[in-house]
Amino acid sequence: MSKYTEDDLREELETKEYEYGFYTDIESETFAKGLNEDVVRAISKKKNEPEWMTEWRLKAFEVWSKMEEPEWANVTYKKPEFQEIAYYSAPKQKPKLNSIDEVDPDLLATFEKLGISLEEQKRLANVAVDIVVDSVSVATTFKKTLGEKGIIFMPISEAIQEHPELVRKHLGTVVPPSDNFYAALNSAVFSDGSFCYIPKGVKCPMELSTYFRINEGGTGQFERTLVVADEGSFVSYLEGCTAPSRDENQLHAAVVELIAMDDAEIKYSTVQNWFPGNSEGKGGVYNFVTKRGLCETNAKISWTQVETGSAITWKYPSCILKGNNSVGEFYSIAVTNNFQQADTGTKMIHLGKNTKSTIISKGISAGKSQNSYRGLVQISSRAENARNFSQCDSLLMGNKCGAHTFPYIEVKNKSAQVEHEATTSKIGEDQLFYCNQRGIDTEKAIALIVNGFSKEVLNKLPMEFAVEAQKLLEISLEGSVG
Amino acid sequence: MLKIENLQASVDNKSILKGLNLNVKSGEVHAIMGPNGAGKSTLANIIAGKEEYDVTNGTMELNGEDISELSPEERAHNGVFLSFQYPVEIPGVSVTNFIKTSINETRKAKGLNDMPAKDMLKMIREKSELLEIDRKFLSRSLNEGFSGGEKKRNEIFQMAMLEPKLAILDETDSGLDIDALRIVANGVNKLKSKDNAVIVITHYQRLLDYIVPDFVHVLHDGKIVKTGDASLALELEAKGYDWIKEEISA
Repeated sequence: MSKYTEDDLREELETKEYEYGFYTDIESETFAKGLNEDVVRAISKKKNEPEWMTEWRLKAFEVWSKMEEPEWANVTYKKPEFQEIAYYSAPKQKPKLNSIDEVDPDLLATFEKLGISLEEQKRLANVAVDIVVDSVSVATTFKKTLGEKGIIFMPISEAIQEHPELVRKHLGTVVPPSDNFYAALNSAVFSDGSFCYIPKGVKCPMELSTYFRINEGGTGQFERTLVVADEGSFVSYLEGCTAPSRDENQLHAAVVELIAMDDAEIKYSTVQNWFPGNSEGKGGVYNFVTKRGLCETNAKISWTQVETGSAITWKYPSCILKGNNSVGEFYSIAVTNNFQQADTGTKMIHLGKNTKSTIISKGISAGKSQNSYRGLVQISSRAENARNFSQCDSLLMGNKCGAHTFPYIEVKNKSAQVEHEATTSKIGEDQLFYCNQRGIDTEKAIALIVNGFSKEVLNKLPMEFAVEAQKLLEISLEGSVG
Repeated sequence: MLKIENLQASVDNKSILKGLNLNVKSGEVHAIMGPNGAGKSTLANIIAGKEEYDVTNGTMELNGEDISELSPEERAHNGVFLSFQYPVEIPGVSVTNFIKTSINETRKAKGLNDMPAKDMLKMIREKSELLEIDRKFLSRSLNEGFSGGEKKRNEIFQMAMLEPKLAILDETDSGLDIDALRIVANGVNKLKSKDNAVIVITHYQRLLDYIVPDFVHVLHDGKIVKTGDASLALELEAKGYDWIKEEISA
């Protein structure tokens, strides 16, 4: 918490409208709206993909065509018109960029507005950034440093070209195209994303980071991320996103697959700040994401997420604890304000012996929003001595929001130990008056209380991210009282 | 310092203060005593600016400035400090972080920069020694799982850190054992100066053995009905409040 610079925060608190709600005018090449087999083929061709990849997409499309959009989540929204979405959009520019000088200056200006200028990243942060703007990666940094360790970190479209054997072996093994409606859609039309491979025994020397950003009106974005940590390796992966404000809904259906082989560890952190819609509940991103990780023997996967954006969130980063002694963790802060709706949580599937999982979920609801935790802890019959600890805390602000908890526990082995704790609290007038009396105004007091409430999860984030996450919490809850 | 004239206030249309006068000068210690329900805590909350009370009449000046329209935080910035009878818990926010925020927000309101970490650390060290507060205590979540005595000591610690002009101690002695009472009272005495003033709200005379008041006021039915020196507190202790009630109605 050493970088808790109050003056910066105050300044941002006074900014009423969505901070990153600008729109960059970059010339884009966009496909006509609509989805059919030809569009899937065209996307694949555009990316110069090998035959197996095209076939894989087509199969996914076929599966998707027969599926129904799910309705079980605790959210209500107007379903997207899937034939009204353009499924491919790429900033027009040279296909290959060797240095940052070749990147569109407008694009670089966009990144500077976001406070993530590559120059600064390079100089200060020790973070390699694979930037995704409108589906196509345009700049990759730190590739060389990583290359020396044998680490592959590149746009997945490039990985399909350069490391087809690795991608083909792992893609869809954790989240098969038939897994669910949005995963199938993503599998058919994913435009780009990141691929990361950490070789045996290698500890990745830096945080790997991807900044996502939706651009170009009316374009859905379908990210595909695949992280493979080979035996005994370690990687910490950061994902953060912002989007321009827009008066129409934007669909986002990403898939993230993590594979932690024997003795490997993956730490995956997300700060999500997509446009949540305005204070009347208009606009905002629909975020329907499938994230799942597979743990082999002695492996560990930690998901940490700070979710403040999107109009609708539907997201359950999960762990399949297949190997004996494997560990799954889920740390989440989900903030909803105004008319936002979030249905988020995790699944911990215990298959191996002595598997262990921890779930810490902090939901903060304000305005007229609805915030649901939905989690499954499943202990299979073979999972001897499996242990789970779940804690779901909800914090309410005002009288018009809702907090809901849907914990599912399925235990098929008697040796399991499963604990579930839940609390619901409200920011009280007494707490606010106490802070006011100590010279702390109400906005600041709320930020303080919320940060305290979220501390266990904030502490799990890498330092740089934790600072950004704290700011996001404050921006997201701005104007939620009074 | 503080000048209150004809203060009338109500909550939910129920009249609680019914024309209260109080004049506190710099360097003075005033004790306000009275039976339950007399309006003691209401008075403390109204001076601090709690919004649930409707001030229907009267004036309230701090150093010549009308404070009745100021927000609670503005009053705090002007040097009003209330030691709460029931301090609230704020989970996940350490005592240190809270006091840091409090001090820096107050400085910001005065156009000052944040207090340098080095200075703050030095101040925390001094004040925690003064109040015999263990360092580990400072890293705990504010008031969470604190004993009654720890909560009150924490209030006085914050007072020491904030160096207010006017400190109001609302039933600070309740929930304190005799050792804690002595530590808290010693702290208050050490912080006392000719430039600040203290209002001690208490039910019992006990605390006044340690913090000796210049004036003792008896609050009854929303008004100050009797004012005396420290000996009045002893008299109240010996005789209770009934004789005053009788004196008024007589």
